[in-house]
Amino acid sequence: MMQSILTPLFNIVVFPGFLFLAAMGMLGQYVDRKLYARLQNRVGPPFIQPLADFIKLSAKQETLPEGADRRMFLVLPLVALAATVTASFYIPMWSDKALFSFDGDIIVTLYFLMIPTVSFFLAGHASTSLYAEIGAVRAITQFFAYEVPLFLAVLSPALLAGTWSISGIAAFYAARPGWWLFNILGFGVGMVAVLGKLEKVPFDIPEAETEIVGGAFTEYSGRLLALFKMTVDVEAIVAASLLAAIFLPFGLGLPALLGFLVYLLKVFLVLVLLTLLRTIMARLRIDQMMAFCWKILAPLAFVQIVASLVLKGVLS
Amino acid sequence: MATTRIPIGPQHPALKEPESFLITLNGERITDVAMRLGYNHRGIEKAAENRTYVQDIYLIERVCGICSHSHSSAFIQCVEEIAGLEVPLRAKYLRVLIGELERVHSHLLWLGVAGHEIGFDTLLMYSWRDREVVMDILAMLTGNRVHYAMNTLGGVKRDVTEEQAREILKAVDTLEERTKYYIDVATHETTLIQRLSGPGFISKDDVLKYGVVGPTGRASGVGRDARKDDPYAAYPELDFNVVTDDHCDVYGRTLVRVGELMESYKLIRQVLKKLPAGDIAVKSPRRIPAGEAVSRYEAPRGEDVHYVRANGTDKPERVRVRAPTMANLQAVAKMLEDNNLADVPIVIAAIDPCFSCTDRMVHIDRIDRGPSSESFEWGALRRKGIEWYSANGVDFTELNKRFEVRG
Amino acid sequence: MSFPGKMAAQVIGGGLFHKPATLMYPAEKATMPLGFRGKLSFWPERCVFCKLCMKDCPSEAIQINKLGEKRYEAIVNLGRCLFCGQCVQSCNKDALEMTTNYELAVGQSGSLTVNIGRDQAEGGFEAVCEDEDLPAPERAAAAAKAAQ
Repeated sequence: MMQSILTPLFNIVVFPGFLFLAAMGMLGQYVDRKLYARLQNRVGPPFIQPLADFIKLSAKQETLPEGADRRMFLVLPLVALAATVTASFYIPMWSDKALFSFDGDIIVTLYFLMIPTVSFFLAGHASTSLYAEIGAVRAITQFFAYEVPLFLAVLSPALLAGTWSISGIAAFYAARPGWWLFNILGFGVGMVAVLGKLEKVPFDIPEAETEIVGGAFTEYSGRLLALFKMTVDVEAIVAASLLAAIFLPFGLGLPALLGFLVYLLKVFLVLVLLTLLRTIMARLRIDQMMAFCWKILAPLAFVQIVASLVLKGVLS
Repeated sequence: MATTRIPIGPQHPALKEPESFLITLNGERITDVAMRLGYNHRGIEKAAENRTYVQDIYLIERVCGICSHSHSSAFIQCVEEIAGLEVPLRAKYLRVLIGELERVHSHLLWLGVAGHEIGFDTLLMYSWRDREVVMDILAMLTGNRVHYAMNTLGGVKRDVTEEQAREILKAVDTLEERTKYYIDVATHETTLIQRLSGPGFISKDDVLKYGVVGPTGRASGVGRDARKDDPYAAYPELDFNVVTDDHCDVYGRTLVRVGELMESYKLIRQVLKKLPAGDIAVKSPRRIPAGEAVSRYEAPRGEDVHYVRANGTDKPERVRVRAPTMANLQAVAKMLEDNNLADVPIVIAAIDPCFSCTDRMVHIDRIDRGPSSESFEWGALRRKGIEWYSANGVDFTELNKRFEVRG
Repeated sequence: MSFPGKMAAQVIGGGLFHKPATLMYPAEKATMPLGFRGKLSFWPERCVFCKLCMKDCPSEAIQINKLGEKRYEAIVNLGRCLFCGQCVQSCNKDALEMTTNYELAVGQSGSLTVNIGRDQAEGGFEAVCEDEDLPAPERAAAAAKAAQ
């Protein structure tokens, strides 16, 4: 009885669950910041910087704004982090089987990844600060813009594979080498939409430092802010893993260590592309972003869906 | 969403210096802007009256860090005019050289700041890396990277050697290549163009009505430039174009400033080629005879006006500084009409604000009250302040309690 | 024809594969060119005690004290000094000069008042007196005592 709960508990808390994701998140943040700096001809932070930032933030005092909803304010960072970590349990990382999987888990993963955005909105709203309010509203507005293209892009390989389970999709494409090329358009759309989800330039509008100070996080400090920052880091890893699992399904049959390395490579490839995109572009305005997402991204995602349906008819 | 009032400033990440803009929003649209100035007032004009002209050169130079040479030159031009000094031609050319190098420095700095305000940090890093080239040149020529202290009564303090001239030309070649790249980026990068086109619109008529100066005004097609309209130093003998643009918005201001960078390189090369031999300063008396003078100088931000009144002693009687940002700030409210909140940082940054320059004493005559003035000694002024705030609802006992030290 | 990502070529070619433009201070230091207006330096044997430097200083940072017959010393408050170089220009005997030393930070404000004579110990960073606000005659006496 103890044995049967110890292994899942270990998986959830340590590997490949919370602690592993936290460490990967910090590694991802380091790679992002170092690459960003080097692209700008600067030196960049040392390897230990994300951990040092986390420790420093945890050691600082937390201030609660007067009039803020105390319980919401305190619990939202935990909710966001928990949802992000839970989303990772359904994503196959280095084999074609995730920790837990069932038919329909792709929808569940996408919904779990939605919870952080909603919690940023609630956090900004609960802070009763002007800047936080504006940041919160922007986060939700942006959410309406990128979520549809993201859903469509991520669901199109599922249509071709004929299954709603991420593990099933990965297994389907792993068995048919070369079919992942049919989803290349979806991959592109997914990458741009993920920039919106992770709030990176050109879509870092909810946390535009020069406009609204800290956005939804303006009033957060100390451990709560450290948890929010960790949420953002882990979200990047989870989103990258999701994109890698669905659009880049190679190397899933390799033995343990090699498979793990291939997984790391895929995730960091996605992160490097995201960093490159954030280096070379300026931030858009919220109305420009909505226009772009609805006029360009969503139609492209539709094209991918139609292509998947046609191909499904032709190839089966 | 209901109307909210959001304060941009006095402390805000978008502003490099404190100034208060109270923005009334309807959703994300701006409906009203209320400005309060004066956070950087340091009493420089009064301090200038207690110091000799020689000491004042350095005081007036420190009105601003980036347009320091502009202020110092405008001031010294006033004093030299009152004293009737004939500044040697070589000194005038050297003043132009430093002035144009300062313009290059300021515009490269602005390019970086504009990039930062729209979230384009890469542009910030690259343009500021190139700015180091011009700062090193200025350190070699004048002895410091900002606050050049080149001016003295009657001319300039330092000369330029042949070798230094060669270094300057090499640096200008490098910078010209980099500036051409920035022009390329500014005209081809979609996100940049999308962000900068549109906000901060001010028509040509409004520019004339509000008295907007400098690149801000030139971006609306008003080709006013003190170097052409009222030439000073060696500008009558130099050949250059006044860069104007018709976009009337922030994008136009970007194009004007990058265009002015190219014109400055042209000017620097001309100056070094035509530099005449001769003295770099004439001997000047310490006591300046009574008289008054106004002098205009084209600072990187626009037209800088100085007024000096002398009374025969070695200290000025009155010094007045009207910085270009003072003229441009009043048009910001007009520019922000009907824009989004997201555009406030870039519109404010597009006039290239220097609030340290701006915050001087302004005398306001109220039409409904008639002219009045009072003069206070320090203690009476403090008491009057406490009275006024108590009458307006500030409870001093509460404030004093909060500052108690917990032992 | 505009497209997003114009700077991609520059950041990859010119940024990533180039040595960073950062100086790793204090391991690498920027050397300032000759003629840089750094810390002042004083030649006591050239001084004639005309005090023009004191008169022209915009912030009353420099003080020349008479230590004895034709023996002078110059005390500069580095916190007040603007490093403008007016004293150097005003001195008709070339007794003042500016060095390229820009690393002048100290731990206590009293240590900002230094003796800039060239006959002093290397660097001249020893404080003359702890209290920078001592009036001039007391300071001159303290300096005279220290010089013995």
